[in-house]
Amino acid sequence: MHSVEVRSVTKSWGVTTAVADVSFAVKQGHLTVLLGPSGCGKSTMLRMIAGLEEPTSGTIEIGGRDVSGLTGAARGVAMVFQSYALFPHLSVADNISFGLSVRGAPKAEIAARLAKVAGVLGLEALLARKPAQLSGGQQQRVALGRALIAEAPVCLLDEPLSNLDAQLRQDLRREIRGLQQRLGITMIYVTHDQTEAMSMADEVILMRAGRIEQQGEPADLYDRPATLFTARFIGGAPMSFLDLDDGRDGAVIAGTMAPVLFAGPGKGRVLGLRPEDVTVDSGAAPGSIHAVVMAVEYLGGEALVTCRIGERPILARVRGKDVPAVGAAVGVHWQPSAAHIFEASSGRRVAAEFSSVVRPKLQTVSH
Amino acid sequence: MTKGRLNIHVQGWLLALPAVVLLAAFTHIPAIKTVIDSFFSTPHGARPSRFIGLTHYHSLVADPIFWRALTNNLLYALITVPLAIAFALLMALWVNGKISGRAGLRLAFFTPTILPMVAAANIWLFFYTQDYGLLNKIGRTLGFASVNWLGDPATALPSLMAVTIWKEAGFFMIFYLAALQQVPPDLYEAARMENASRWQVFRRITWPMVMPTTLFVGINALINAFRVVDQVIAMTGGGPDNATTLLLFYIYQVAFSFWDLGYAAALSAVLLTALAAVALAQFFLLDRKIHYR
Repeated sequence: MHSVEVRSVTKSWGVTTAVADVSFAVKQGHLTVLLGPSGCGKSTMLRMIAGLEEPTSGTIEIGGRDVSGLTGAARGVAMVFQSYALFPHLSVADNISFGLSVRGAPKAEIAARLAKVAGVLGLEALLARKPAQLSGGQQQRVALGRALIAEAPVCLLDEPLSNLDAQLRQDLRREIRGLQQRLGITMIYVTHDQTEAMSMADEVILMRAGRIEQQGEPADLYDRPATLFTARFIGGAPMSFLDLDDGRDGAVIAGTMAPVLFAGPGKGRVLGLRPEDVTVDSGAAPGSIHAVVMAVEYLGGEALVTCRIGERPILARVRGKDVPAVGAAVGVHWQPSAAHIFEASSGRRVAAEFSSVVRPKLQTVSH
Repeated sequence: MTKGRLNIHVQGWLLALPAVVLLAAFTHIPAIKTVIDSFFSTPHGARPSRFIGLTHYHSLVADPIFWRALTNNLLYALITVPLAIAFALLMALWVNGKISGRAGLRLAFFTPTILPMVAAANIWLFFYTQDYGLLNKIGRTLGFASVNWLGDPATALPSLMAVTIWKEAGFFMIFYLAALQQVPPDLYEAARMENASRWQVFRRITWPMVMPTTLFVGINALINAFRVVDQVIAMTGGGPDNATTLLLFYIYQVAFSFWDLGYAAALSAVLLTALAAVALAQFFLLDRKIHYR
């Protein structure tokens, strides 16, 4: 069952269009992340689902009901703001129960729900404090509590962790995801941080310039990026892109003559490789491509090695012990199935014909 | 170690010196001098002033005009302060919203503040004048009898109050406007998400958030209410029958019309004490209820 359904929603102010004809659905109990760079329209989309903005055209349904003209609680939606938007003059308890009390809920019910939410979020000891007396993580929990207490069917979070330090962000990420799964809440979560999206989401909607670029499970976006934009945006260390050229027997990396990557034209196409799919060896292995180590970024358990093939750099993730020296001549290779091929002009993924060349043996193993 | 400490203290005092000198010369020493003077008789020609203890204070308690001035002033404060604050907040809320021509409105509301009191008093004298005044003209057109606004003891003080409220509300509006613009807009959005009504938003968010401003404005308005003198001189001269005599005006009369400086000093001491008490009470009573950012 769909908890939230967005149907060809557009939002424009004068000549600027923030969201252009966006449609998607969120399943009940799922956590969907709206991901994208700043200015891509993800926050505007969230505010339209919240009812803080009305779409210029299109409809939004929540729980199967058209909710246009309603805001927030009236449409069954609660929201956590990026700034938390805690009322500075109210205690934690009053902040959390604000919504219930303005809607005139009975005192006993408010107290019972407050106790429950405070228990879930571990805020019992802080209820009498003012927001200014809390740490960033605690404020974040209070904001979450304010969204959870009404038990609205849908909970919206607008970059909820962006004001916290890295360690806390990781802890809260786990906590929010755990809470969402335990309570079975439908969540829509806006972020520009792909790590957050990949680690928390059931489904990721990647937005760009007001449109959906790609939508799917985190693994879909990682394994089969449909465009160059997605390929660039998703993944911890950035994907390397190498222009291809027409070789004698098929596509080759521009600036090199060999080896042939696949049969067919290479010109106008781009090869994308994730650092974690690229292996660095001594250069003796058959099929590996000659490269020179340009830089090494040591990360602890592993290192990010920048090599140069022809004119272009390529990144490889290497285990900490096997790091080559800068300036060393090495060989790089990868599984043919790890190669992502895109058309340079449109940025679209090409259903690749990696099938053919280079290492027929490996190929039989992998297929 | 000790030397360094001493140095820091000397530096600190040197930095504070200009403020200390100014405050002492123009505020603290005159205030203390006034209190001391109030225990001495007023010098007349060959008779120098001498210590007379609490004599001035005894005559003050027995002085019906003092009591009249005090009750007038209390009434004046009690009515003008809350009304000026209420109008200021209303106007600020209005011109803080997204309305067309709001710059013009803000200017219009602020204009009374930049007018000198005497000019404002003249405008209102024209409104209040008995036969051809604006108010009476309007009143007569609507069929009401002509009222001698400033000449009738029953209407003279309220007429002065109206001028004060008109003049002060615009000034205080500026403070409220600044305070309202300091409230983060997402607090209002959070309230909108909970479907809070406009009144609930005002009572539970806006009002508490502008409370520090209300305290500031309140104390200023109260002190101003006890400092009014130019308006009384320009409009009524304290009359009719002391109906518009306020404390400071009375002190001015005693000091510079009757030249009884000792008695005026005693009156000033009473006024000072009352004002200090009011300010202290306001700080202590309201402070714990106010959230400062």
